[in-house]
Amino acid sequence: MNLSRRQALALGGAAVSVTLLPVSFAFAASDASTAEIAAFTGGATAGEGSIELTTPEIAENGNTVPIAISAPGATSVILIADGNPTPRVAVAHFGAGAEPMVATRIRLAGTQNVIAVAQMADGSFVKTARAVKVTIGGCGG
Amino acid sequence: MAKIKPRVKVPKTIAAGEVFPVKTLINHKMESGQRKDKAGEKIPRKIINKFEVTFNGAPVITVDVEPAVSTNPFFEFQMQIDGDGELAFKWTDDDGSVYETSKSIAVG
Repeated sequence: MNLSRRQALALGGAAVSVTLLPVSFAFAASDASTAEIAAFTGGATAGEGSIELTTPEIAENGNTVPIAISAPGATSVILIADGNPTPRVAVAHFGAGAEPMVATRIRLAGTQNVIAVAQMADGSFVKTARAVKVTIGGCGG
Repeated sequence: MAKIKPRVKVPKTIAAGEVFPVKTLINHKMESGQRKDKAGEKIPRKIINKFEVTFNGAPVITVDVEPAVSTNPFFEFQMQIDGDGELAFKWTDDDGSVYETSKSIAVG
């Protein structure tokens, strides 16, 4: 295959952009967590909306990272740690009298994105994600 | 293993319709099933897999818990009530044991 200089440059450029893709899509979820989200939403796409995820920006100890989800109008929420061996962390269902918020402490294997998806009372879904830097991972080994 | 003792904290006085926080903690190792012992064998998973709260029998919050929840699982949530009643808490272990506690709440 003979390449002109122009073609060769174009190819090189394409190769560079392909290698850069994972960086530019750093907020895309891993396959396992995408599957978890799909299982939760039943395939529906989650939009942006009234859901808030509170996480520390830097967690020194991945064994216990305080996390809070607040999603006014939600009936249930799922919390996903994108980089954990088992991405699903917890699913909470809210009943009568409960405010749609829950706080807990979770384990994070390393620096990663934490994703929360909420199901609203009208059946729609909203999601949000936050990056958490973890100094010491919490999965033992 | 230390005796499992659930702890629950609710405000002392609650007004009808007021949103109040409930904090719960239970001591449990939450063995994730990922860790290995000195011989390199995986330590089997043993976690609390379900946490349920009911008020006078009606569900307030139900959490399906996975191994990624920390040792001594802590949960905080908020709720409101219109009248007196009993808030019941239930944790279910992987081995089938159930740990329960309850708190009677009076409005006023």
